[in-house]
Amino acid sequence: MLQFCEWLAATPGSIALHESLYMYPLVESAHVLTLCLFVGMSVLLDLRLLGLALRPVPLTDITRRLMPWMIAGFVVMVVTGLLLFYAIPVRSYQNVFFRLKVIFLILAGLNAWTFHRTVYRQVDQWDRDARPPGRARAAGAASLVLWACIIIAGRMIAYNWFDCDIPQSPFITWAAGCTPRAS
Amino acid sequence: MDLVAFAEWCSTTRIALAISESTWAFAVIESVHLLGLAALGGTVLVVDLRLLELGLTRHPVRVLAREVWKWQTLALAVMLATGVLLFLSEATKCYYSTPFWVKMGALLVSLAFLFTVKRRVVFAEQAPGRGVAALVAVVSLALWFTVGAGGRWIGFSG
Repeated sequence: MLQFCEWLAATPGSIALHESLYMYPLVESAHVLTLCLFVGMSVLLDLRLLGLALRPVPLTDITRRLMPWMIAGFVVMVVTGLLLFYAIPVRSYQNVFFRLKVIFLILAGLNAWTFHRTVYRQVDQWDRDARPPGRARAAGAASLVLWACIIIAGRMIAYNWFDCDIPQSPFITWAAGCTPRAS
Repeated sequence: MDLVAFAEWCSTTRIALAISESTWAFAVIESVHLLGLAALGGTVLVVDLRLLELGLTRHPVRVLAREVWKWQTLALAVMLATGVLLFLSEATKCYYSTPFWVKMGALLVSLAFLFTVKRRVVFAEQAPGRGVAALVAVVSLALWFTVGAGGRWIGFSG
């Protein structure tokens, strides 16, 4: 994986993006501002699942009518996120916060998948409930916490506290996957 | 006292020094600022999209606005509180940053627009006409976008 990142870092596109004066900040701004679209709307969906906001609105209204916007936001976040990784592959790969973010993203995906495979199947029975069933509320709460963790971890990637090029504790060296070669 | 002196005074307050001397404080406050951004953005978008007859169109603007208002206010409060702390810790840098002034100008106009025009339009008993609704939504989106983009650009400008 590290070898792949090193190969990626040597591609002309990666170097161009990394060194560009405007493209990198523009891609990063798009990544951050799309938070409003994707995470902002999923926060409202989660609050609805918890019975804390938009109570008069049936849940399927939110999922059906807001989903196209959320998907659009998600696509922009993924594309810009991949570009940001493409610009700085090795450092990102060996960054503990990046690794944490990927773990939280996987957990958020699993949470959404489980929700859709279980309690959402019987949504007809609780669509209009001001307070959805326990499993739906749990999924909403888990999603809120996970997305908060994803945002915090994402923001922290910018800091070099645990980078491999400065001396680290054995735990961080292991967690960040630092190698003697990369230091 | 002029503004430079005020900015310099801000960056010497105890709280500003505590933030700038700490390794984690700025990053943590900045992260919470971003959490507020996501929540604020979601609540603003849902109402503005509805004004543009997109999204949750089956429900009156008034109902949606009422349902998200509390969360929007909470998100704004979080953003303002963390924003003030971020400003204090680098007040002098902000004073010399053009994006900072663009952001503050747009923020003042956004808040004034939200709490006067937009509030009156979305909470009116009578649903707003199409043209008025669309105009309010476009102005609101443009203003908040300027605030957000300006904010992000503070970090890029030296």
